[in-house]
Amino acid sequence: MDFNQLIIGLAGVIASASPIVFAVTGETISERAGVINLSLNGVILLTAMAGFATAATTGSVLLGFLMGALIGAAVAFIIAFTSITLRQSQVAVGFVLTLMTRDLAYYLGSPFTGMSGPRVPSQPIPLLNEIPVLGPLFFSHNLVVYASLVLIIIAWLWMFRSYPGLVLRGVGEQPASAYMRGINVNRQRYLYTILGGAIVGLAGPAYSLSVKAGWQGTISGLDGIGWIALAITVFGGWHPLRAAFGAYLFAFLQWLSLVLQPVLTGIPSQALQVAPFPLMILALLLVNAGNTEWVRRRLAALPEKQRKRIGGILRALNVAPPAALGTNFRKE
Amino acid sequence: MPKSLLDVGSRLLGVILALVFTGLLLLATGAPPLEAFNQLIIGSVGSTRKIVDVIATAVPLLLVTAGLLMTFAAGLWNIGIEGQITVGAIFSTGLLRLLLDSQLPPGVIIALAIMAGALGGALWAALAGVLKIYGGVNEIFSGLGLNFVATTLTIWLIFGPWRRPGVGSMSGTEPFPPQFSLPQFGEFRVSLWAVLLSIAGIAFVFMVLRGTAVGLRLKALGKNSRASYILGILTARYTLIAFLLCGALAGIAGALQVTGVYHRLIPSISSGYGYLGLLVAMLVNYQVVWVVPVALFYAALIVGSIQLPIVLRIESSLAGVLQGALVLFVMIVEGIRQRWQEHTEGKQSGL
Repeated sequence: MDFNQLIIGLAGVIASASPIVFAVTGETISERAGVINLSLNGVILLTAMAGFATAATTGSVLLGFLMGALIGAAVAFIIAFTSITLRQSQVAVGFVLTLMTRDLAYYLGSPFTGMSGPRVPSQPIPLLNEIPVLGPLFFSHNLVVYASLVLIIIAWLWMFRSYPGLVLRGVGEQPASAYMRGINVNRQRYLYTILGGAIVGLAGPAYSLSVKAGWQGTISGLDGIGWIALAITVFGGWHPLRAAFGAYLFAFLQWLSLVLQPVLTGIPSQALQVAPFPLMILALLLVNAGNTEWVRRRLAALPEKQRKRIGGILRALNVAPPAALGTNFRKE
Repeated sequence: MPKSLLDVGSRLLGVILALVFTGLLLLATGAPPLEAFNQLIIGSVGSTRKIVDVIATAVPLLLVTAGLLMTFAAGLWNIGIEGQITVGAIFSTGLLRLLLDSQLPPGVIIALAIMAGALGGALWAALAGVLKIYGGVNEIFSGLGLNFVATTLTIWLIFGPWRRPGVGSMSGTEPFPPQFSLPQFGEFRVSLWAVLLSIAGIAFVFMVLRGTAVGLRLKALGKNSRASYILGILTARYTLIAFLLCGALAGIAGALQVTGVYHRLIPSISSGYGYLGLLVAMLVNYQVVWVVPVALFYAALIVGSIQLPIVLRIESSLAGVLQGALVLFVMIVEGIRQRWQEHTEGKQSGL
């Protein structure tokens, strides 16, 4: 493989990661506010189907994406209502919805299976796409990919460089303190769960109208993506930049497994395509190990110098979830 | 109104709302709702053969739900159950392949294969347990990852070391000779042994949770892990026990899919029974007594939906929508009832 092919391959990685970027960014936002949206896997399927169906019937890809965001927001609203207002388990309702929306996608999508439809056209950015390396990597995609890149930056700025972002992190971390400071915790949680859900809802159309255009029913190959996105959110330590890195890493590994396939002939392609998962678990292990009793005790027993070094590595890797993640807030 | 009656009433209302929702969905897509429901009933209990199919489908569902009640009791979300079924099936296939040419009677080999399945499932579940206890990895995320790893392992085996003579295919490994299948009940496609095993599984879980110290500690752990830790319950040990028991039951379900249903290893050997078991466990509100009827009902929906595409040209995934809607609406109605009760009780005590 020469250098040009490598650049084209990596540009493909950036494009094919764009739906996952939408999903992990949306999920990161709602989990930061303290609400787990476990419905991703089904929602991506349902929004992929509905986005494609809308675009195919109306001819407008924009309406397809709007439909995706609307459905994502509606499902997130059900989760917010059931968990925040009715105080049922977030995980339970999210899990039910993930199965239900998947089956809804297959049920409602059957008339559209295999239909040909519109696709977001490629729009290289003039001048910028002439820059060597960076041009083909970042500036010769379609609007969906650009939007995913911009979204990462906006999410990061909003979360860590703005006052509303501070409030967002506060309601997920210390809801009681946030409440004491006059913040309506549950309203904030509703807001960010629905906003996060709407962003997740863009992931489906990003597949069916851009990366893997069309709707193929049960053989669309999208079943499982949502679960991966959930794992990447944890891997990303609830940080938009780290989460996006996780999404690109995943897409890169998938691409690598395709490239290596002719070399590693003994291994079936299906196996290679799921190869990133063991790596994901390993990564989760690394980022979480520092939080356990057992590791802390072991560390305390080590000589000073070693303890500092290993402790430092673990701390650098370590991420802690928002302290109030998955819990319901009620004022006493 | 007495509390238990109110409880049953609110659940019933949830069921009715789920049926109405599904009916409206059918109407919206231009399908006749009553005819569809009718087909679901005919397709599941319309003949003796269908009823037997429902029972055969309920067997793995009962086993995984029984196992999940253990992990739910301990406050664990064992979403890795799919992988535990799969690895159970892999282990039992492996043992069958190993002993295929041995002198042992086939009955003994099948029994060993089922035990191997239990072992495989338990080991896979223990992995999630160890990752949680010693790695601080939430069992939902390790479970999801391990599910994918288990599927990968299956596909690798089917296309690699265990591939059919000639070329490997998605249809699975070479079927085992008939003497290595669980004996069928007369001419029906169900094994009495499998049915007995699933009943034994549910009875075992019922007894452990109701009448043993282990069950009590599991429940204490599930209610409040911090408090039970302070009271001297070894949280790590009981977390692991819950995972091991659940994994073993899921592994048996996987082994029965190999020895009783498919007679070989196929790529999607778990058939989604693990996720369905999670739905059943939620719908019965983690109470053992309701598991059998609800699992049978869910199995009936699966069997009944098979002929929907043929008779009415409706996607069989409609059954999945109804299965999910039932849990969702019961959960919502239950939540509203709880909030309303809190509200009225709060008023009575003058708050």
